[in-house]
Amino acid sequence: MSAEDFTLIDGETTSQVSARHLDELAARGDRPLAVDREERVACLGLAAAARSAALASLEAPDFALPDLVGRTHRLSDHRGGKVLLVAWASW
Amino acid sequence: MLHEELGGLGLTVITVALDKSVDDARPWIEAARPSHPSLIDTRHVLGELYHVVNVPTVVWIDERGRIARPNDVAFGTDTFTHITGLRSARSLAALRGWVRGEWPGFTDAEIRRLQRLPTADDQQARAEFALGEWLFRHGRAEAAARHFARAGALAPHDFTIRRGTMSMRGVDPMGPEFRQMVGEWTAGGRSYYEPLPDTRG
Repeated sequence: MSAEDFTLIDGETTSQVSARHLDELAARGDRPLAVDREERVACLGLAAAARSAALASLEAPDFALPDLVGRTHRLSDHRGGKVLLVAWASW
Repeated sequence: MLHEELGGLGLTVITVALDKSVDDARPWIEAARPSHPSLIDTRHVLGELYHVVNVPTVVWIDERGRIARPNDVAFGTDTFTHITGLRSARSLAALRGWVRGEWPGFTDAEIRRLQRLPTADDQQARAEFALGEWLFRHGRAEAAARHFARAGALAPHDFTIRRGTMSMRGVDPMGPEFRQMVGEWTAGGRSYYEPLPDTRG
């Protein structure tokens, strides 16, 4: 791995990219980009227009998340029945 | 219990904890002994997918996997009514009516009118949060805190960030810094919780 490389996080994917590629992504500006130059890590997000359009379609976005014992559950496992989705936190 | 009654009618409750670790959420889940999926979302994936800016947030999803009622603040009980000012009876009655098929639900146009959608700053804040969370998970707490601060400045209404990252900064999310944050927020005439306007459902 070159000293020039950055770790780029894009959703579930992590890859190594050059500083130049990072600058190109930043210049493109079509997706939100968070960068830590010292730590050489960056994170690409989803553009507001894309996220808004997805939500406005009224299709409930699918997800895959673990339970306490590490088993993965998907929203789509429950297609065919009504679902009450509750986001909460210990804080 | 209402959710058991509605479970018998085909409703599945899925709870998702926006917590930094399984250990933070575990005691609450174990105390509740739920029979429904209780999931942990350390990266706030759900937060980004659904534009969740505070907890608790509830979304109704119908049999076809479509949003039937968008993000709302709703508590299952009145345990915190003396703090939040929000009562559970109306939203629980609405939920029961929907699950029983007594109320068909909103039209698509009504749902879209009730939806709050993310701005560019919201999404940049989430990228900063995700970067901070990665750094925290890889032992770089100080670097993480800088990105959490940036995220909070970009999206000051997003308490999944401003309060949700406090424990990753070694700050008590129930303590004086939190109370000061809420005090400043509400002094500006804003509400910490933003329930949907009083609607038929």
